Amino acid sequence: MSEQKNAYMYGIGVLKTLGLAFRHFIETYIDDIRFWGKRYRTPEGIAYRSSKDVKGVFTVQYPDEKIPVPEEFRYLPFLIYEEKDGQIEYRCTSCGICAKVCPPQCIWIVRSTNPNTGRPIPDPAEFYIDIDVCMNCGLCAEYCPFDAIKMDHNYEIANYDRQFNVYDKAKLGRPVSYYASIRPINYQREEEARLEAEAIRAARKV
Amino acid sequence: METQNIALSSELTQLFPDVISRDERPSYEGYLIKPEHLIPTLKELRDNLGYDYLSSVTGVDYLPEGKMEVVYHIRKSTGGAPLVIKAQLDRQNPVVESIVPLYPGAEFQEREAWDLLGIKFEGHPDLRRILMWEGFSGHPLRKDWKEGYYEEDAKPFKSRWPVGHYVSAEEKNPLGMNVDFPAGFDPESWVPEPETALYAGLQKIERDDEETGIGTEQVIVNLGPQHPSTHGVFRMAVKLDGETIVGLKPVMGYLHRNHEKIGERNTFLGNMPYTDRLDYFNSMSNNFGYALAVEKLMGIKPPERAEYIRVMMAELTRIVNHLALFGFLMNDFGAYFTPFLYAFEERELILDIFEAVSGSRMMCNYFRFGGVARDIPDGVLEKVKGLVFDRLPRKIDDLNLYITNNEVVRHRAEGIGVLTPEQAIAYSCVGPVLRASGVPYDLRRAQPYSIYNRFDFDVAVRYHGDVYDRYLIRLDEMHQSLKILQQVLKGIPEGPIQEGKPQYIVKVPAGEAYGCVEGPKGELGFYVVSNGKPNPWRYHVRAPSFINLTPLETLCIGSKVADVVVILGSIDIVLGETDR
Repeated sequence: MSEQKNAYMYGIGVLKTLGLAFRHFIETYIDDIRFWGKRYRTPEGIAYRSSKDVKGVFTVQYPDEKIPVPEEFRYLPFLIYEEKDGQIEYRCTSCGICAKVCPPQCIWIVRSTNPNTGRPIPDPAEFYIDIDVCMNCGLCAEYCPFDAIKMDHNYEIANYDRQFNVYDKAKLGRPVSYYASIRPINYQREEEARLEAEAIRAARKV
Repeated sequence: METQNIALSSELTQLFPDVISRDERPSYEGYLIKPEHLIPTLKELRDNLGYDYLSSVTGVDYLPEGKMEVVYHIRKSTGGAPLVIKAQLDRQNPVVESIVPLYPGAEFQEREAWDLLGIKFEGHPDLRRILMWEGFSGHPLRKDWKEGYYEEDAKPFKSRWPVGHYVSAEEKNPLGMNVDFPAGFDPESWVPEPETALYAGLQKIERDDEETGIGTEQVIVNLGPQHPSTHGVFRMAVKLDGETIVGLKPVMGYLHRNHEKIGERNTFLGNMPYTDRLDYFNSMSNNFGYALAVEKLMGIKPPERAEYIRVMMAELTRIVNHLALFGFLMNDFGAYFTPFLYAFEERELILDIFEAVSGSRMMCNYFRFGGVARDIPDGVLEKVKGLVFDRLPRKIDDLNLYITNNEVVRHRAEGIGVLTPEQAIAYSCVGPVLRASGVPYDLRRAQPYSIYNRFDFDVAVRYHGDVYDRYLIRLDEMHQSLKILQQVLKGIPEGPIQEGKPQYIVKVPAGEAYGCVEGPKGELGFYVVSNGKPNPWRYHVRAPSFINLTPLETLCIGSKVADVVVILGSIDIVLGETDR
């Protein structure tokens, strides 16, 4: 074994290893010339640096540059509301499935009741999410039957005080248009399913 | 293979009449053994029937029955399903003989069962707490033990809906009030003991230097817990004679969060994202193992496309893990962060795929019982194809070309930390550590799960058992994973990705199941006991990083102190999984 080892102990392997680093170094400059100033801080430069063809340095200089997140990216839930005649109407019916499915149990819902009859009405009086506890698993959004709670794309939520980390209904609310803008494919699919279901319901009524 | 096992099992009750009986409880498998006959029976099984490879030892607390059960999963190192043997003990005084003399791989697992369940193993060489600390009161996995911030036995907690006024858990149970101490223990006046029990376990050999006649003193050095080379908060108490290791005891549990107790509180589905946090490099594999265990209980199978997606994700994960290991191992060799970042570049591209598919780079939470969470978005398969057919083979060859014959790497790795095949089997090593020692044992072949029997691939094996072979086998395995991925990408069918309708309440019938996958680090097993409720009664993780540490002392004795770092790196542990 030791004889064998001595046979190749000439440092060629080390030189090869250094060659890899050197090649990497050169390739970065070649790419810089090839892109001519567009390798950094441009969408195509960022896309190139996270593609399979990238050579040389592949670092994305956050926060100057940001990698666009994919549609399925999930970071903290939000509640969807629709705007009708200047009124805000949450899609949530306070059915409680999200609170039940939530693995770390960070969702707290108070149902509202009709003051006259005392019966529950499908609109949450309060809705809290403790984002210190939330583990961004996305199960609430996955199992919500009303497409009322969805996962956000905004990951820059650092702050100085923990007391702001319990989000209430107002802080969780986002308009439908926001949802459609961050998840266009999902939104379209859900809208189509909704229209279809409505058509079936209308047909049944007739 | 299945029929052979059944044939053998019908023999078992005849071979050991009055000792072994079938476990007759509905949807339980295996045998009950009388605890007093455990050792002779296991010896017979090991020496004459080929069950030489202990897979897992754990305990279950059957509180209503007043029983404590020790569950052994024993395998043949030539393949096949495990033999499940259970010894039922009295819950008030659970004592059983230790099987460490027969299977040294049980050492840490029995310590864990003692620590968490309070089962005493007589004859264990070093029965101390392993995950909890010495000032801890009680055994947390017992069903009558309650944690701090305890609300209810099982989620979902009733306070969340319909009247969910937010209360922070710390307000109800302030910091300092959420701990219990053993009788007579005062945390204020407590001075940490000099850990005599730990250090006493280290070998003590006083010797005179033969040449000079000078008496040398051996010193104890603690490597870690806070040291970058330990890959997390892991500590090794080392006894040194000069630079040479003469004794080593691993100390772990600094990252312990009692994952298994949390798992028992969770619903079956709610536990899925928690498995991501075990070995956080390989959340897809962790999901896979857990999904298999619960699916076995439920008696469902995912549709064709979902199976292909699962295998694809599991193999991509293996590449991610081995790339990460490559980087960390090079760091341990002293090639500070340059090769590491080259490996991480490829890992990053695969994580982009995970993010596009599951929504998260590392905490994927992608598998569901009977399928996967969502179909692969448009364009992602093309990305995977680009990686698998074009970039990754090229890049892995690059790493191989530039590192494998590097003189420094060879000098530091060859002949260091040798594990013989006999030791590897005896110490219950799994995965690359076992295969680098010349034992071609891979669960994908030994006990095929999912659709692995359809693919053409080789079980990578190397024969020297040293650090260098443990490094090389990772490269081999990446090539084999690429081979599987290429077949997956050619064969992936269209179709549904979920069996039945996605359900947030999963109905899991009562029974037990052991689901295991060949994770990147080795056999990752989930032992789940259900009693028909929405939450598992017992949820145990057979963690490969934890059990692969059992032979660490054997590997290190005689090496230099700098080699310990490399040996530990080559075993490939992740503390999230070791400490659970």
